[in-house]
Amino acid sequence: MRSIFAVPFVFLRLLYQSTYLALWQIWAKKTRSILTTTGVVIGVASVTAVIASLTGLKAKVLADLSTFGAKSIYIQHSRPDTGPKRNIDWWELRFRPREFEGLLEHCPSVEKFSKVVPRGERHVVRHGEKSVEGVQIMGVEPDWYAMESRPLLMGRPFSKLDEMEGRQVCMIDAVLRDKLGLDRDCVGQMVIMGARSYLIVGVIDRRADFAVLGDGGGQENLEMYIPYKTVLKMGEPFIYAMAASRSEALSDEAVSEIKFFLRNSRRLSPGEPDTFRVNSVQLALTRFNQVALAITLVAGGVVGISLLVGGVGIMNIMLVSVSERTREIGLRKAIGARRSAILMQFLVEAVILSFMGGVIGLGLGKLLTMGICSLNKMMNMAEIPMWAVVLSFCFCGTVGIVFGMFPAIKAARLDPIEALRHE
Amino acid sequence: MITTSRQTSNTKGDVIIRLRGVGRVYRVGVEEIRALDGVDLDVRENEYIAVMGHSGSGKSTLMNVLGCLDKPSEGCYEFGGENVTELSDAELARIRNEKIGFVFQSFELLPQMNALKNVELPLVYARDGWRGRTARAKKALERVGLGDRIKHKPSQLSGGEKQRVAIARAIVCEPSVLLTDEPTGNLDSKTTKGIMELFDQLHEQGQTIAIVTHEEDVARHAKRIIRMRDGRIYSDMPAEEDMVRNGSAAIKTKEGQV
Repeated sequence: MRSIFAVPFVFLRLLYQSTYLALWQIWAKKTRSILTTTGVVIGVASVTAVIASLTGLKAKVLADLSTFGAKSIYIQHSRPDTGPKRNIDWWELRFRPREFEGLLEHCPSVEKFSKVVPRGERHVVRHGEKSVEGVQIMGVEPDWYAMESRPLLMGRPFSKLDEMEGRQVCMIDAVLRDKLGLDRDCVGQMVIMGARSYLIVGVIDRRADFAVLGDGGGQENLEMYIPYKTVLKMGEPFIYAMAASRSEALSDEAVSEIKFFLRNSRRLSPGEPDTFRVNSVQLALTRFNQVALAITLVAGGVVGISLLVGGVGIMNIMLVSVSERTREIGLRKAIGARRSAILMQFLVEAVILSFMGGVIGLGLGKLLTMGICSLNKMMNMAEIPMWAVVLSFCFCGTVGIVFGMFPAIKAARLDPIEALRHE
Repeated sequence: MITTSRQTSNTKGDVIIRLRGVGRVYRVGVEEIRALDGVDLDVRENEYIAVMGHSGSGKSTLMNVLGCLDKPSEGCYEFGGENVTELSDAELARIRNEKIGFVFQSFELLPQMNALKNVELPLVYARDGWRGRTARAKKALERVGLGDRIKHKPSQLSGGEKQRVAIARAIVCEPSVLLTDEPTGNLDSKTTKGIMELFDQLHEQGQTIAIVTHEEDVARHAKRIIRMRDGRIYSDMPAEEDMVRNGSAAIKTKEGQV
């Protein structure tokens, strides 16, 4: 009974004693210990900084994408790389409005749909005496507002009636409103664009800055939205389309359905490449995650190398330590230390050295992360995740054990008589 | 000339150490060195023996074998009834820890630890050494007369005091045998006297002691003197008898050495 309890007890006592001795030894040789751990410090610091940056970038991208809504799907024409249509003119390739007819009925996973007509950014809008240049005009269908996650500040979005009758109405963004010198509540007033005047029915919030995707980041957008049918009066346009799936999980399903539908409506024969692109935010997220994983793996490789170098440093210093303390090892053996006890003592010292490097490295990594945060607006969400901390410590422990093993075995196998004779 | 140990030794106590035909052969390249050659020896409880001989006579090898630091290459060694020649390294370590106390010529104290920690060291490796560790170490230090020096580091102690700490460390596990290898080799004559008196005192308290030395004065403290030459025991008799038979020879040797 006693011996059953004695075994783990002896082990714990040895562990305690070894830890105590190791800390003593490290404290006695401070400078040397710190220099020894440099390799591990650099390794851990760089891995935590890289992981923190990636985590921050990911958070940023997710935040940006969520302003689009993770259910969003974008449909654009695109020239295929192969097949007979690879040299076709862009104008020939454009979507015709009839190609989208019946899309909602044929695609059960798609909840909302809107054609979008971008009419360029060089329009002039006037109100009274004031005139503002460089306004972007967009033609949208009523569903567009439900998909765009931007709040209306005043008024209402477009109704089905606006669309069906092709009314001369518009929504403008808050920046344009202020530039035109309109009242805060300008609903019901008129603006003039081209040769026509439009009734303001709503004021929409300005577009959020997309730090990562770079879409309009920084510069101010002046936007004016007009019903789709009204825009068509200005001539036949290039159009693209937006859709939203019923749920995020159905996003892939919806993309496939839309592709199938469009191939039919555009009369593409089997085997012919698509003449359009259907992108979902979900897909973009997946791609970003793949890139992030690749970067993490490359960084992991670099860190692996620096930890290897750090490990060799620790092994070197442990070998020095063993030869310096040969007499001590001899004495310990003479008074009854088993091989395992000596092995443990040196192994624990190596592991503690390695952990020390890990702690210092984490501190340094935290500082680096803070530096990165303040340097770039894009990175201001960078933070060391908990799993990276745990992983770093696991790595340090492994490095300590692997590289401490050889010196520790060397110490444990010393012959006590030889060791006590050592000068 | 050659007498067996059985005839001469004190016959009262149990046999702790029994060597039968023990030999130790070292190989240096192609050359064979017989450091021990057919040694028979019995050591009983509460004996006080001195092993004497010139350097190269095999006395240090004998001490290493007795102390379970080295295994004999031939013959049989029983320690407290256990056949040491058949034990594993871990079991030898246990015997060294529990049954044997070592005292070395150069003290071998760990410089970074104070006297108390140094004395506690064997208990760290002992099976039941955790409980009452400090109390036991203190008691051992009191036995060697250093009860007031427990917090001193080795560098703050004199040579004699260092050796006393080493002796305290050797007796803290209450070993069956105290093995000492030239315990006074690094000490002046006055300190030597003090240390030898301590050994005498420990012997009176019942401690079995074996001293390896080449100094006649030191050996005179023992009750039984074993003389070695070329790895063999050539004389093994009580101290008084040894005085009569080998005294003049010993003095001659001593003069020869000087």
